[in-house]
Amino acid sequence: MKHILIVDDDADCLFQLKLQMSNLGYSVTALESQFLAEEWLEDSEPDLAIIDLMMETEDSGFILSRGLKNKYPDVPVVILTAVTPETGLSFDLQTSDSQQWINADQYIEKGLHQETLFARIEQLLKL
Amino acid sequence: MVQLKVLVVDDEPGIRSGISRALERFVVGYPFMDEDIAYAVTEVNSGEEAIEMFKVDKPDIVLLDNKLPGMDGIEVLQYINNHQLDIEVMMITSFASLELAVKATNIGAYDFVPKPFTPRELRSSIENITKHLFLKRMTRKMNREGRQIRFQFLSILSHELKTPLNAVEGYLNIIKERQAGENLENYDDMVNNAMQRIKGMRKLIMDFLDLTQIESGKKAREVRPLDMAQIANNSIDSLSPLAIQMEVKVELHCSGDLIVPFDQDDIEIILNNLISNAIKYNKPGGKVICRLEKSPDSFDILIRDTGIGIPEDDQEKLFQEFVRIKNANTRHIAGSGLGLSIVKKILDYYDGQIKLQSEENIGSTFSISLPVQ
Ligand SMILES: Nc1ncnc2c1ncn2[C@@H]1O[C@H](COP(=O)(O)OP(=O)(O)O)[C@@H](O)[C@H]1O
Repeated sequence: MKHILIVDDDADCLFQLKLQMSNLGYSVTALESQFLAEEWLEDSEPDLAIIDLMMETEDSGFILSRGLKNKYPDVPVVILTAVTPETGLSFDLQTSDSQQWINADQYIEKGLHQETLFARIEQLLKL
Repeated sequence: MVQLKVLVVDDEPGIRSGISRALERFVVGYPFMDEDIAYAVTEVNSGEEAIEMFKVDKPDIVLLDNKLPGMDGIEVLQYINNHQLDIEVMMITSFASLELAVKATNIGAYDFVPKPFTPRELRSSIENITKHLFLKRMTRKMNREGRQIRFQFLSILSHELKTPLNAVEGYLNIIKERQAGENLENYDDMVNNAMQRIKGMRKLIMDFLDLTQIESGKKAREVRPLDMAQIANNSIDSLSPLAIQMEVKVELHCSGDLIVPFDQDDIEIILNNLISNAIKYNKPGGKVICRLEKSPDSFDILIRDTGIGIPEDDQEKLFQEFVRIKNANTRHIAGSGLGLSIVKKILDYYDGQIKLQSEENIGSTFSISLPVQ
């Protein structure tokens, strides 16, 4: 069974993703901060990680993703966010350049169709 | 053609000349601008030299390496911040120091380019920063002309509204598709959580309306003598369900004559926000003391709690809009992040002061002092 790590400081989102991923047949570790995730990653390796962008800080998700990729380069990372480009945050993973240095495989806006999220996760797990 | 001055601060000659070459014949044009923009590049190899340049020939854009022989890039950035120079900064960083670059953007750098970069990457970054620079200058001009741009504020607001909306929608989807099975009871908690989020949204919208009203300067105020003891009592009463739920005791200490001229709505907003915070950010079994005092020239409100406290580093920014302290203690407490900024704005209107003393895990004391004529 594939194991998915989900990190989100919004308790409701975390709960929902956990339920949905379990329903899709994955086993899940759900954690609510960058800090807890970093601790967990010290001696565990997921098959895929779904990470919220803004947690303790505005960029927790990026920092976590980077650390994860350093340790496990082959584990796909999906970054989730409710941030829209209008906020002026200049991190946008649409361009392949920024994708490279942010080191996540997918950057998905929250509230997007669930099916899209599920499909992308399956895709990433197959690679 | 407009020319922007670019200053490259890097101790590697190769990088410096690479940038100069990449920008030599580079021209940017935007549909919203009449003229095209070109770049005049100057190079220096240390932070100290950069600061000398700021004094004699201030650049518009600085491309700043962080690792410099003397003072480092972050220090140069801080210099620019402290002197409020109208300069946009782009950090040049190696992949290894991403965290540092992120920190730099947090203290005001516009963006960063990771080394090594291609001329194309550099140009596209310069194009972005130029657009940003012009929009910023345009905004400032509009603000001077009295046209308030609430863009940044509105986009944060939309984020703060979208987050709970997503959570509620998520629950509805789960329920609609019976993702937690056929047993209706499985959905009870989800419905409750969704309702909680909706409540939060409502609070945010109400706070937002309060804030806009105050900011617009059009708030109708009726300043008349009020019995502050009674108003504080009412406020505590109205918050007692929250206090019971949190297992917190609220005490009111009043002495002497507490008739003070004030607008009732304003004082209610102030007390409700501070007392509800003192309850919300408390611990089970905790206490809140609310003390009102009047002296010949001031009316003082003190609200002390035995709650989770506020880390020293965070204390300063609390009164800004949408600031919420995120840590393990506060994660499950709902709020809009607007309450204290509203309090501050009301106090400004009355020339009042608010001070905060707080120690983590021990508690916080907010003290307000309002002048009385
Ligand atoms: N009495 C208090 N004790 C501890 N933290 C507090 C207290 N009052 C305010 N805070 C912190 O200040 C932040 C901003 O407060 P406020 O503007 O009222 O917004 P909120 O709606 O989040 O409570 C809160 O999110 C909380 O982290």
